[in-house]
Amino acid sequence: MMREMTYLEAIRDALAYEMRRDPRVLLMGEDIGVYGGAFKVTQGLLDEFGSERVIDTPMAELCMVGVASGMAFVDLIPVVEIQFADFISNGFDSIVNFAATNHYRWGAPVPIVVRAPSGGGLRSGPFHSQNPEAWFVHTPGLKVIIPATPADARGLLISAIRDPNPVIYLESKYLYRSLRGSTPDGEDGVTPIGVAAIRRAGDDLSIITYGPMVHEALTAAETLAKEGASLEVLDLRSLKPLDVEAILTTVAKTSKVLIVHEANIMASVGGEIAALIAEHAFEHLDGPIMRVAAPDTPVPYSPPLEDAYRPDATRIAAAARELLAY
Amino acid sequence: MELSSEFLAQAHYWMRLARTLDDRAIVMHKQGKIVGGMFSQLGHEAISVGAALALGPDDVIAPMHRDLGAYLVRGITPRRMVAQFFGRVTGVSRGRDANIHGCGDLSLGIVGFVSMLPASLPVTVGMAHGFKLKGEPRVAMTFFGDGSSSEGLTHEAMNWAAVFNVPAVLIVENNQYAYSTPLERQMCIENIADRAANYGFPGVVVDGNDFFAVYQAASEAVARARAGDGPTLIECKTMRMRGHAIHDNMAYVPRDLLDEWTQRDPIARFEQRLRERGLLDDAKLSELLVRIEAEIDDAERFADESPYPDPAIVTEGVYR
Ligand SMILES: Cc1ncc(C[n+]2csc(CCOP(=O)(O)OP(=O)(O)O)c2C)c(N)n1
Ligand SMILES: [Mg+2]
Repeated sequence: MMREMTYLEAIRDALAYEMRRDPRVLLMGEDIGVYGGAFKVTQGLLDEFGSERVIDTPMAELCMVGVASGMAFVDLIPVVEIQFADFISNGFDSIVNFAATNHYRWGAPVPIVVRAPSGGGLRSGPFHSQNPEAWFVHTPGLKVIIPATPADARGLLISAIRDPNPVIYLESKYLYRSLRGSTPDGEDGVTPIGVAAIRRAGDDLSIITYGPMVHEALTAAETLAKEGASLEVLDLRSLKPLDVEAILTTVAKTSKVLIVHEANIMASVGGEIAALIAEHAFEHLDGPIMRVAAPDTPVPYSPPLEDAYRPDATRIAAAARELLAY
Repeated sequence: MELSSEFLAQAHYWMRLARTLDDRAIVMHKQGKIVGGMFSQLGHEAISVGAALALGPDDVIAPMHRDLGAYLVRGITPRRMVAQFFGRVTGVSRGRDANIHGCGDLSLGIVGFVSMLPASLPVTVGMAHGFKLKGEPRVAMTFFGDGSSSEGLTHEAMNWAAVFNVPAVLIVENNQYAYSTPLERQMCIENIADRAANYGFPGVVVDGNDFFAVYQAASEAVARARAGDGPTLIECKTMRMRGHAIHDNMAYVPRDLLDEWTQRDPIARFEQRLRERGLLDDAKLSELLVRIEAEIDDAERFADESPYPDPAIVTEGVYR
């Protein structure tokens, strides 16, 4: 059965689904219980599952992630909500040094999920708009996923909760309520981690992207279709592990690659994808690998500044035209 | 607390084993069998052994780099430990982590530590929190240092332990120094344990070189935790009797201070008590030491003969 729901409702649905299925799953975060979360993602869950499974915590991200690892060692499956992804840096050490390395070092898995509402476009300024994925993609031992649709918001979160490794689940604040979509129910909608999805098939150029930029890319592809160009849009869905095969397949198909993400450009996921393509698909390329990403600055607040900062369909279309003409 | 002679013999064995292994590891390091850093726990035997012995079999422990005794008490064998020091595949971390880092084994209820101190503190609080949520009468114990007590995470974890009233026993090993930094550069208070009151749970100060005091305080804290009465902070006053790590000649430590603490050696004091109770004499002691040396000879041989990990597996195990 399919149901219409927002991206935010799909996240809540996944949490409730997994909590009903597995009594070991619990939620922790700041203001997630009585208040229902800063974005109301967890609204209603306290009533259904009680305060021992929907735990309002002190303001203490570093401790929270460490506590989650400890709970994982005693056979619980904690899902931590970082109120805004920007505050994940306060919990950084517990994620990258403790949770991420543990299985490699002495073999005990750390099945935790860290949910972090990320991204801008909402006039929220430098500390409520960040896209910190590259830090975690650079960290061995973590998985990093970022859904672009309600179906994946639900399906990837279910997979994250079932995964025996620490998973960073970056959810798009921009899409929370602006995006609705039909979402599968039950086990049908479980999205495997590490498998990209073609959102639009095309022959002339591939846009490789993820998260909210998938929708900007689709808009740009629509615009260019009217101009006679056929664009393919690949939604990575999982940044670690990366679906290298899907990336190389689309490159072989179109020979032109435009990588798009909202995060700033320097040492970003886009750079890694470009390197992979240069190494493994050089002979297929019929033009430079191009990137559209945010400039290397903090995320500015004022609307004209943020609009200049954040990639959108117009900039993506302009870059695509340039590459098509190459 | 009346302790049986069998129990005291066990405690004696563990403390002597920890010390002898520590001494022998320094020789192994000089011989080039242990490469890289190495931490000594000399002077900390009463704390790590006394506290670990206060736990029950289903409890969990997250020791730090001065707690060789705790790993041994909980069941890491000298063979696995020496192989760990040698970076062999038979070591606790199979050559992945260095020296005494990463010596975790959940089947023994041991969580290995990472260098970032005190990262094990919230993890221990988390295990205790988990026991509470699951209604299991189990206790989680961890150790951290005087220097680590200055980290912001210590505050977060102590506060969390209090807010959720978790069954945790938090032991701070106040050994006067954090690397080269003396206490007065670390804090402006006399007792770290005094901070517990500000979080809302008891903090006690004990002589960390007195096995009986440590064991008693830890046992009481474990009982409190198991009864659902929440966490306890135990500050064990002691002295780090060697450099921070093997490379450090600790020229910054005043000689008199070391002499003073040598007079309070935890094992000498423990053995004096055993002698007073008629449980130990010279013959018994040398018999014990011979047995322990043989055990370490065996562990060293085992480690020498163990292979290094196959470089082909370097990328294995990052993920479950
Ligand atoms: C967060 C962090 N910063 C710095 C270090 C480097 N370092 C290792 S041990 C140490 C001193 C630790 O002192 P203390 O907590 O008193 O423990 P001790 O070694 O004295 O037993 C330092 C600074 C570290 N391990 N972790
Ligand atoms: Mg110290």
